[in-house]
Amino acid sequence: MPENILELREVRTHFPIHTGFLVKKHTGSVKAVDGVTLSVRQGEVLGLVGESGCGKSTLARTILQLVPTTGGTVSLNGLNLATASRTELLLCRRDLQMIFQDPYASLNPRMTVHAALSEPLLVHGICTRAEVQGHVDELMRLVGLAPRFARKYPHEFSGGQRQRIAIARALALKPKVVVADEPVSALDVSIQAQILNLLSQLCREMNLTLIFIAHDLSVVRHISDRVAVMYLGKIVELGPAAQVIDNPRHPYTRALVSAIPVPDPAVERNRQRIVLAGDPPSPIDPPSGCAFHPRCPHAIERCKAAVPALVPCGASREAACIRLDELG
Amino acid sequence: MPLLTVTDLRTHFHTRNGVYRAVDGVSFSVERGETLGIVGESGSGKSVTCYSIMGLIPQPPGRIESGSAMFDGVDLLRCSPAVARSIRGKRVSMIFQDPMTSLNPYLRVSEQVIEPLLIHQDISRKDALARALEMMEAVGINDAARRIHFYPHEFSGGMRQRVMIAMALVTHPELLIADEPTTALDVTVQAQILDLIRRLQRELGMAVIFVTHDLGVVAGLCDNVQVMYGGRIMETADAATLFKAPRHPYTRALQRSIPALQPKGQDLFTIPGLPPDVSKAIPGCAFAPRCPFVADACLARRPELEEVSAGHAHSCIRARAGEIDVDAMGTKAAHA
Repeated sequence: MPENILELREVRTHFPIHTGFLVKKHTGSVKAVDGVTLSVRQGEVLGLVGESGCGKSTLARTILQLVPTTGGTVSLNGLNLATASRTELLLCRRDLQMIFQDPYASLNPRMTVHAALSEPLLVHGICTRAEVQGHVDELMRLVGLAPRFARKYPHEFSGGQRQRIAIARALALKPKVVVADEPVSALDVSIQAQILNLLSQLCREMNLTLIFIAHDLSVVRHISDRVAVMYLGKIVELGPAAQVIDNPRHPYTRALVSAIPVPDPAVERNRQRIVLAGDPPSPIDPPSGCAFHPRCPHAIERCKAAVPALVPCGASREAACIRLDELG
Repeated sequence: MPLLTVTDLRTHFHTRNGVYRAVDGVSFSVERGETLGIVGESGSGKSVTCYSIMGLIPQPPGRIESGSAMFDGVDLLRCSPAVARSIRGKRVSMIFQDPMTSLNPYLRVSEQVIEPLLIHQDISRKDALARALEMMEAVGINDAARRIHFYPHEFSGGMRQRVMIAMALVTHPELLIADEPTTALDVTVQAQILDLIRRLQRELGMAVIFVTHDLGVVAGLCDNVQVMYGGRIMETADAATLFKAPRHPYTRALQRSIPALQPKGQDLFTIPGLPPDVSKAIPGCAFAPRCPFVADACLARRPELEEVSAGHAHSCIRARAGEIDVDAMGTKAAHA
């Protein structure tokens, strides 16, 4: 079995809330990520799904150390990123890159594509100025863009092309792990399929480890090997993508899966849907015990008492629910 | 007689960079109580179609070049502003995609929900508030009596969308135009809102035009569906036919691109190329440059939307002539 390239142990990321005008008082914190333990294998595509506000983007930013962790450890190849020195961290950044959701906002409008792609190469001393051109051309071809477009600015490209540029930029340093935060959510269906194909092809060819964040379960099912479902800062279910989505165990995953509209009128009109009442609760003051219990159709008194841990259920699957056996 | 009949609608935008033909000859009709889905990618003209009907196109730069939208005997595109005001917001309402920006942040929700009543009906503030409260409860806002006096920022995204639906339906319109009302919401909240629209439509017997890019949403909600591309209608049919036997290559391609319908582990079917540039005149079929079945005839002349069976029309000349096998499209590409 390939070694785990990325290890997350009880990772917590809280954002403090301050109130008061002159004297700031610490009055609480937003528990965006609250105890996530996860190992990612070399070459694996891990899908991370959940509703907005469940902490999936914060988890992504925590992995890249773009926000400081409150507790727990993130280690890349055995190196704890929280305690790493600046030079160690700089080296780690080569191996750890990110693709953002909005290709309209993540590219600097005043930098040409050439400048955007050559910057990481020069900063990290991958090549000399003389060799940059060759590298940039190669990157452009890698993501399916003609090298002659390199002198253009981001606004001259369509959304899908911009996302290709963002992917090229993330791959410039030949990273081992790429975190993609909703890379296709802003794109149309036909363009979305092109970018998904590109990502899975690059993963295969470069043996990339990809953490793919999305709220669209069908996209995640297609691209991922394993999927982790998050709710209010915690992972509630984890397992092989097709199994988790076709046969969900946790009540939240079940509701989430049943909420996706199926593009087939015959199926769509005759199926039972679990419609969850209300909105996800606030991560400032999460409910006691299982955070899902106020919306869960199967909640009992015991659910309010203690936070359920992720327990194995079936082959390489885990879920955090105390009533798994009763629910079948 | 249909409730709304749109004929040959053309809405163009005249900008410094040229003329954008956002909607380029669109005709359709909506019966009372019917749900019509308009599906298309961004830039296909589906929203502009709705905005044109509602008279919300900023002119200039926009200009409605031709066409009519007959609503119960009144042409919404040509009637006087006074007549338009008496229909808009009362008999035809609209809900928008983004509940964060389409409510006024400075006004209490109560003010915004009663506004259409005060404008369109001879009703006292007190009675209007009672009606608004009733509507707020009907759209599923708990504790409505208290929350009606809140400001929009005190509601979550899903709740704001409910407020907007309450606002649109408080006058009991005959036609509701919903422009991607669930796109900005999470799937679990989307399921709630779709259920709500379905239930209210049954109770109030109104017609709905539902604009979306999500074929899944259309499948569950709509009676009839029309697919738009490059400002034109490519295919229109009842939902079951459109999903089971699409005849236009674009509809088929769109359907094939959805990850949910494709086997895992294989490459997804993709439509090569980019959406059309509507700032340039498209002489032939708008989809021709990306179509795997393109022939010379497709590029020469703009194909008309023609009926192939009752209620099913499309604009592909080659499919009509029986020259191509549209069903084989996805599978062939998957193996290629």
